Amino acid sequence: MSKREPDEVTGVETTGHEWDGIRELDNPLPRWWLYMFWAGIVVAAVYWVLMPAWPGVRSYTQGVLGQSDRADVVVALNDLKTLRGAQAARLKTASLEEIERDPELQAYAQAVGQSVFGDNCATCHGTGGVGAKGYANLRDDVWLWGGSLEDIHHTIEVGIRSDHPQTRFSQMPAFGRDQMLSAAEVSDLTEYVVALSGRPANAAAVRRAAPVYQTQCVACHGPTGTGDQKQGAPNLTDQEWLYGSTRADIHAQIWNGRGGVMPSWKARFDPETLKALAVYIHANAGGQ
Amino acid sequence: MTVVIDRTRASAPKHEAGPVSAAARARKSADPGGGLYKPRAPIYPKLVHGRWRAIKWAVMIVTLAIYYITPWIRWDRPGVLPDQAVLVDFAGRRFYFFDIQLWPQEVHFITGLLVLSALALFLVTALFGRLWCGYACPQTVWTDLFIYVERLFEGDRNARMRLDAAPWSLDKAWRKIGKHAVWLGIAFATGGAWIFYFHDAPSLLHDFWIGQGPVTGYVFCVLLTFTTYVFAGTMREQVCIYMCPWPRIQGAMLDANSLQVTYRYDRGEPRGAHKKSAGWEGRGDCVDCHQCVTACPMGIDIRDGAQLECINCGLCIDACDEIMLKVERPIGLIAYDTDAAVEARAAGKPAVYRLIRSRTVFYAVALVVVGGLMAWGLMTRPTLDVHVLHDRNPVFVRLHDGAVRNGYTIKIANRTFQAQTYAVAFDGAKGAILKTPGDRASQDVLKVEVPANEVRAVRVFVTLPPDAITAANMSAAFVVTAPAAEERTETTFLSGAANAP
Repeated sequence: MSKREPDEVTGVETTGHEWDGIRELDNPLPRWWLYMFWAGIVVAAVYWVLMPAWPGVRSYTQGVLGQSDRADVVVALNDLKTLRGAQAARLKTASLEEIERDPELQAYAQAVGQSVFGDNCATCHGTGGVGAKGYANLRDDVWLWGGSLEDIHHTIEVGIRSDHPQTRFSQMPAFGRDQMLSAAEVSDLTEYVVALSGRPANAAAVRRAAPVYQTQCVACHGPTGTGDQKQGAPNLTDQEWLYGSTRADIHAQIWNGRGGVMPSWKARFDPETLKALAVYIHANAGGQ
Repeated sequence: MTVVIDRTRASAPKHEAGPVSAAARARKSADPGGGLYKPRAPIYPKLVHGRWRAIKWAVMIVTLAIYYITPWIRWDRPGVLPDQAVLVDFAGRRFYFFDIQLWPQEVHFITGLLVLSALALFLVTALFGRLWCGYACPQTVWTDLFIYVERLFEGDRNARMRLDAAPWSLDKAWRKIGKHAVWLGIAFATGGAWIFYFHDAPSLLHDFWIGQGPVTGYVFCVLLTFTTYVFAGTMREQVCIYMCPWPRIQGAMLDANSLQVTYRYDRGEPRGAHKKSAGWEGRGDCVDCHQCVTACPMGIDIRDGAQLECINCGLCIDACDEIMLKVERPIGLIAYDTDAAVEARAAGKPAVYRLIRSRTVFYAVALVVVGGLMAWGLMTRPTLDVHVLHDRNPVFVRLHDGAVRNGYTIKIANRTFQAQTYAVAFDGAKGAILKTPGDRASQDVLKVEVPANEVRAVRVFVTLPPDAITAANMSAAFVVTAPAAEERTETTFLSGAANAP
């Protein structure tokens, strides 16, 4: 197969390989190609000296130019600050409503808000903001502490049951666990709450629970069960349930009186970022 | 693919042992022992005069003029839009070509242009051989220009060969330095002109010299200065032979009926020196003067037949015609001709030229179809472009009363030069409520203002009351209207109704 014989037509030696009767000429490479090959090796050697290249056991060769991707990131972040300067300055002075009404500012705030939300809020509320059991859905029209721009901004600032001095705070008692109500009363109340949301319930249990509701629950959830956003007391008449909609879920909530914690973000973000985040959440919740 | 047609063997056995291709000849002269690498054999093309040389000068002047002048043509456009006729505006994400303005989304027009260019190249090659290589390719044009400069400083072929062989002297030094200086100047002007296609030319020219130009401008200027100098000055035919893919592809475009620079061996053989007193009976017209070889910028012998190295420039035709006139034989011993015609004449039959062949017809039809599609696309290009992106997470949100809300991002591209107010309507289930952040909810249409020549993305939330939801996946559409344009974009309204609790 590999007989290196010259080709009759050109007189050029062949590679000696044959494929279906076709042989390949072994024309010489141009010499400049060889020089480029050596030049490439020289460039590689120079690169090792100038740039970070070889890994060591604990470190790596740093290169005499001092190039560092980490340093580049710092520079790029500072450049970003400069680039955002003008928009960020307008964000500082504009009110939340003005930001949402101005198309340009709103687009900027949404972009900033989205990235901040993804880095900080998505852990609990999900990347799309729909939450999970025990974590509020930020995309619907149901708000524990109010869904206006100001309300959302304030909630982000101070948190819920956080260590901020002005934190939003309320605590539902653990009626069952702390033996404030009997097990039968908790079961009756469960039926009452089911009835409040417009679902069929045990009428006798509802009747028995009515006076209990009037003494124990009405202060926060209101006489008709529509809740109170000032205290973060959820509306019991709608179809949205933070801790689940089944009888077992509702029973467990009355028994244990669970309440989640959201940290205050005031120390973490500058005021412009807080505003952007509030506008982003408000806009994507359909805007109340 | 070195095509060597051995036409000389039967009639002139003395050439059998001779070099038959540039590659073989170069290796023989430079590296008689054989080896893996081959040095470049210097080529000293001799100046010729004649029809093809004149055409080549004209094409060179026209193409260089187009290249250097185009960025300086002004074209009035409204508002803050750039007033440069041809401009690739990367920062503004637009491509301007006189009255045509393309957005990045319309890059298919550029693809179409490349397809058109390729088909035109195929057609021309199938009909007339590698005219692109010989006349219009930048490598050819700039090499020709550089050889012209070389000739100004060092003289024609013989003077250049003598100069290169001579020991270093003051005369040799200034000629060499002068030549390279002018080469570098042309190379710099080439790289410098390139960057004007990407920025406003007059302001860039100013900024460039005071050091305020963009970094990419300087980088590309230096890069193209370097490549122009190296490719046109020192590498020349090496680029065509070793770097360019086109010589390999051209084999598929050419056939026996393609016009190419051809040595008419039927007339030329048997070749040999000719004494003035001797007659022409029993011999060919080729007097073996080697003028075709000395004129060739690729350093080949066209009498070896069509070959990979030949760029079809026709300079050997002019060189040969000069000699034929001197020896008082008809011109055209070397000419644009087809293999089929030469073969026919050699066999004593009349030559037949077939321009219309299945491949040329196919290339021409494809050219017309693609060109027609492009023209139609450009003329019916909409001034309004709407894209609707349904939110992916969450795909829908259930509200307190059981209503369902879907979020959409609608991108409206206003390709006119005036600000437009678009009416956005939802065409789907009845009772839909539209809401965009910063605006009141409405059952009607939303008004969206988009500045001239820009895209705006708006978030639109559509809420359907519980009784309007009939399926988990309902088809719907957004209808965006402006006084002079309307676009309907289909989308879906998702509710998960099928698996709702």
